[in-house]
Parts: sequence; C-alpha cells; structure tokens
Amino acid sequence: MTALVIRGGRLIDPAAGVDALKDILLKDGRVAEIAAPGKLKPANGGIEAEPAVLDATGLVLAPGLIDMHVHLREPGQGYKETIATGTAAAAAGGFTAVAAMPNTTPVNDSPEITRWMQSPERGAVVRVFPIAAATRGSKGEALNDYAALKSAGAVAVTDDGRPILKDNIMRETLVAAARVGLSVIQHAEDTRLTQGASMNLGPMSFKLGLRGMPPQAESGMVERDIRLVTDLRDTRVHLHVAHTSTAAALAAVRQARRSGLRVTCEVTPHHFLLTDEHVGFYNTNAKMNPPLRSAADRDAMIEAILDGLVDAIATDHAPHAVHEKEVEFDNAPNGITGLETALGLCLRWLHAEWKLPLGRVLSLLSAQPAALLGLKGRGTLAVGSFGDVVVFDPKAEWTYNARETKSKSRNTPFDGWTLQGKIRWTISEGRIAYASPA
Amino acid sequence: MLRYEVRMSPAATPVRRQLHTPPVDPSPFPHHPGSLLSASDLSLEGVSHILDRATALENMDPLLRDRILAKRRVALLFYESSTRTRTSFELAAKSLGADTALVSSLSSSIEKGESLKDTGLTLRALGAETIILRHNSSGAAWLLEAETRLPILNAGDGMHEHPTQALLDLRTILAHLRAGLTTVTAETLAGVTVMIVGDILHSRVARSNMLLLPRMGARVLLCGPKELLPELAAAAGPGITVERDLEAALRQSQVVMMLRIQAERLAGLQLDLDEYKAKYQLTGPRLATHAPRALVLHPGPIIRGLEITAGVADGSQSAILEQVRNGVAIRMAVVERALSAAPKQGGRA
Repeated sequence: MTALVIRGGRLIDPAAGVDALKDILLKDGRVAEIAAPGKLKPANGGIEAEPAVLDATGLVLAPGLIDMHVHLREPGQGYKETIATGTAAAAAGGFTAVAAMPNTTPVNDSPEITRWMQSPERGAVVRVFPIAAATRGSKGEALNDYAALKSAGAVAVTDDGRPILKDNIMRETLVAAARVGLSVIQHAEDTRLTQGASMNLGPMSFKLGLRGMPPQAESGMVERDIRLVTDLRDTRVHLHVAHTSTAAALAAVRQARRSGLRVTCEVTPHHFLLTDEHVGFYNTNAKMNPPLRSAADRDAMIEAILDGLVDAIATDHAPHAVHEKEVEFDNAPNGITGLETALGLCLRWLHAEWKLPLGRVLSLLSAQPAALLGLKGRGTLAVGSFGDVVVFDPKAEWTYNARETKSKSRNTPFDGWTLQGKIRWTISEGRIAYASPA
Repeated sequence: MLRYEVRMSPAATPVRRQLHTPPVDPSPFPHHPGSLLSASDLSLEGVSHILDRATALENMDPLLRDRILAKRRVALLFYESSTRTRTSFELAAKSLGADTALVSSLSSSIEKGESLKDTGLTLRALGAETIILRHNSSGAAWLLEAETRLPILNAGDGMHEHPTQALLDLRTILAHLRAGLTTVTAETLAGVTVMIVGDILHSRVARSNMLLLPRMGARVLLCGPKELLPELAAAAGPGITVERDLEAALRQSQVVMMLRIQAERLAGLQLDLDEYKAKYQLTGPRLATHAPRALVLHPGPIIRGLEITAGVADGSQSAILEQVRNGVAIRMAVVERALSAAPKQGGRA
C-alpha cells in the first residue's frame, strides 16, 4: 500500500487537543506518524519507496468530516442519488464518513441490505455507515433484530422520515437498542399534527395559504421521548434527536441534559441559517421536513450551537430529481442536498460571522458525530487512527454553483451563495477521494 | 438580526451582541409585467389603471372593443370547478376579440399525469400568449410563470390569492362609497371598515382583499371562529384586525363581505354548523340592527341558509350580483393588460 505525506499544513485535531503546524504520514489507511514540519521520518514506518507528498502550506488539515445524517437513496431510488454519487458529493464537501438513513426502497431493515450498502460494488469513495430501521418497514410496529443489524455494520437505529409514534414501541426500541449498544435516532414529529402541512406554521404559512406544521409537533415528540428515557432509568439508553429545528425542542434537550440523561441532538446548516421567510414564493428547494422555522427558532439554533448544547452538525442531505421539485409546493417532496455546502456555510457563518472557534466548528463536524455513533478511530488524527483527512483553505471565499455538484441532484437553497473554506483534498483511509481542480 | 447573551461565566454580566444573519433575497416575481399573480403586484397607479380601463372597456362599443385583442390567444387552465371566474374571464377575453381555449383538469392530459409545467409549456407551444390559471395548490401561478415566462393571470391558487376578485370587490365598493371613482390613492378608503366573515383560513378571496384594501386606507376586520380564523391572520399585513364577535364587527363596518365555508378544504376539521350559524350567519335582523346601511358582498358561490340568509342575499343591501357584473369589466382590463405589457428585458420569449 502506498503512503502519503501531507506537509506544511496547520493540523487542527480538536479531539487530540492539537492546533499546530505538523507534517503527517498516512500508511496502510492509517495515521502512521505526526511530526513537526520537516521532522517526519517515513523510513521509521518501514516504507521503501518515496511516499507521495501533498503540500498543504497555508492550509488547514483536520480529521475528515463525518455527516451522521444523509440520504443516499440506494437501494431503490438511484435516479435521485446513488451511493457512488452521494459519497462523491460527500468527498467534495470534505466528508470522509456518512451515516446513511434507512428510508430507501425497500427500507433498510435487514442485515442483507445493511451489508449491500457497504459492499465495494456500490463504488463509495468515502466510508458509508448504514443506520438501520428501528422497526420493520419503518412502520413503527415491530422491532427489528438490532444485534444482527449491528453485526452487519449498522451504527444506530431510526425510522427517519417518520417518527416512532407509539409510546410502547419507542420504549421497547430504546431498551432493545441500548442492550446492544446502539443509539436511537428520532425524527421528532407528531404526524397527527402535521397532516397535509408543507411548511412551518406561522404568519408565513398563513400568508402563502399553505397548511403549517406547528413547532409543538416536534417539541411534543421530543418531550415524550425524554419522558420515556427518564422512566427507563437505564444509563445505557441513548436518544439522539435528529435535525432539531425548534427552540422548544432544544429547551427540552437542555433540560434532559441537566438531569444527566443521555439525550443528544444535531442541527442542520439550513436550520441555523434560514427561516420560513426563505421559502419566498414557493421555492421548493426550501421545502424540507422539519421545515424552516421562525426567526426565533433559527436564533435559538445559533445560540445552542455557540453555547455548546448542540452535539453535532448534520446535513440531512436529501437529494431529489429536478422534475420532482419543479411542481406545486404542496406536491414537492421534502428535502435538500447539503454535503457540498456544509463546511463552507459553517465557516462562513458559525466561524467568520459568529466567531465560533475553528476547532469547535470542526469538532461539531467530526469528533462529536464520531463519538455519538461510536465510530472508533475516526473524528481524530491521533497516530493509529484512520487516515481520514480534509485539507482546506480556511480563508478562501467561493461561490457555490449547484450545477457543478457531484450529487445526482441539485435541490439546494444555497445555489449561488458565497461560502468560506475551499477544500483542497479529501483523503479517505489514506486514499485521495477528492482533489479540487488546481 | 439576533440578540443573544454571551455567558462568560455564571457571574459575568451578559454582553448583548447583535448578530447578522443571511438576508432573504428580494422576490423575482412577477417575471412578466403583464402577469397578475398577487394583489400586491400592483402599484396604486396600476390599480387605478385597471379600474379606469374596466370602465372604459365596459362603456365601449362592442364592435370596436372586439378589435383590441383580435385573434390574440388566451388559454384558460382550470384545475378546479368555477362558474363566475371562468365564465367572466372567458367573456372578457372574447369581448376583446381574443381566441380562447379552455383546458380543464378533468378533460385533458392532466388526468393522465401531465405536470403543470408540461401543461403550461404545451399551451405556450400551441400559441397561448397568456394563461389564466385556477389551481387547487397555493402558489401554482408562481410555478407556471417561472416555467413559461408568459403573463399569467392568477384566477385563484389554493388557499392563497384571487387578485381579480379583490379588484372587482374594490370596484363594487368604490361604486357605492366613492361614486365610482377610478383613481385611487393611499387615502381613498380612509375611514372605511371592511369586515370579512367566515372561513378566512381557507379563503384566497380574504387574502387578496387583506393585501389590497388597506393600501387605500381601509381597515380590514376579520371575523370568524378560531378554527377558521387563526389569531396570526392579523399579522398578514398592516391594517388588519381580528374581531370574533359578529355583531360588534357589524357595528364598525361599512362593507360586510361574507365567505362560504369551504367544505372541500376543511381537511378533517370538524365544525358544528348549527353553532356556526348561531354565531356568524348574516341574517336580516342582525343586519338591520347593527349595520343597516352597510354594503353586503359575497364572492360566491353562496350557500343560502348557511353563512347568509336568502333574505339578505336578495335584499336591498346586497351587491352580490353587481360583483359578478364587475368581474367581467375588471377581467377585460386585466386580460388587456396581460397582452399589452412588454416582457422584461432578458426574459425568455
């Protein structure tokens, strides 16, 4: 196996507490050595040939980003995205690992599909970690075999896209998942309150004549889940709230954390940047579930990221074909793409605008999601870890052009936006998965 | 802009910072100056021009009027049933000499699954120079305009807007309260209160009127039960207030606009109709006691005996059929405007 040296860059590895100029040697897919600039001794690694060298002078190198919430659409919806195209978009966005949601066709509720998704034949250029369905067909009725799913490679369970509505099923899910050491990720939405709704309930939905989803549909479900976790009194239980979008849901998570419960949450870039006003006149690329919320909710997302409540930033990358989005707003499917814009948005807004230190931004995008999913040897570049690296210019500003996406779809509200932080290389287990056009 | 507190330590004084957040882009709509998507697309000069042309066209010799849009092609695309709007648009276009083609969802390829975009592009390829759209989805007219770049006339989109209805309501109000004035300003309706009663939540007529009338100084009073009139309706624009009590609203109003309960849009909402009638039906005695001189309007279709009694609908204060007549005049002006405005520079032909 070839070795790779990345030289002259500023290594930021929040999990290891490193922020310094370092040279790094990757070998056999792992981090073999880290040394002060010019002090690397590749020979110590037992390398005969001269390793390939990447010059990262003036650039930041950090643990490859980890997106714990993506929809890769395979099996079954290859016209929207494939594992190959989705992971290519991930690599272009600096991600070296993505956790793939199970709302595929068929639903990923079996070890067979879980293994199929990880097969080399899928052509993934970065690592794919399947998240399996919590219940059969994600119908919220019968639990799947979590031990079998875990041994097939599943890293968590969820019925994402749908909530687990029934109290007893959610309770059993939390217990059964904890028993095998898996987290339960909940798409928190009381669907009894969101029938026929296509955006956030508020002055904007009234103005646009669209049925609205009340914020309580999310927060009520989060509160219900936290009650279940509280009642279980089992420290192994881990509830993770997906794509949190309301101030009330964050307040519930905050309260749960103060009570010492293992309740975590993620926030997407669109929910900390946009509001229901960005729906404009029925822009279907601003339609997703949970929907863009009020300015007060959006502000609460920013606050919770800055004060450390939020555990991870995830994209909820949800590709849809152009023809599916060129329809009446209420008929359009939910979801936007996000893999290629996440880092650029985080650096432009969280870091440059709102002054969140670079290390903390990167931690939310790598070390923390790795910890939440229990991905060993990822989210850090300590010696012995996987050689998952993102190398980027933290100062460079650039304009996102959705037509140049590596994804099969381009349903993004961020087309034409100015982003910060241009990715130079994304390296997945020692191999270059993406290199920017020079 | 965001205000939040930076907590340095529990003892530290909170520092208030103002944070800049991503702005909302200005609307690119309408792409075509001949389009009428929303009542808010029109400037007051634009409204005056339409009112003026409506009167001029109405009074014109039909044989001269027939030449204004001679052989121009107007498509009517109707995804929902309609009597007044469809017929008046069709009569309006025809009386200006245009050729009209009607496509309705039940007798076209829409039944076979053709999308709105493809239907619009097909009509454009067939030579349609403007499309009049009635659709059950809010925002459909915006989609059609973005995809075809033709002048689109919104003849009702879901629960959203029905701008020509608001214009014909305005014409009716001006005829009675302002002696048929056609040049409007920001003060034309100062001191006038227009109450809109009933199913506001599902009403595109209410939304268009709420956007149009306050711009001429009118006060809009919304009246109805919580299920059909959420409190946040008052935030839809300036000059809008909610008054739950029908009789209190009547006492303040010079114009009473009644709405039908839209059974087709209730989406599972259970409503006690007897209770509704007891609280919100416009009856002869109520009108005589609380608003004996008010003008009574209704966009139709009326359901006699539900939101309005037969006596009120047929009574001397009712201008319901006058509204229908005004519909033809207003729509002549709007169709003429659609086909005489030059497209914006840079737009696709």
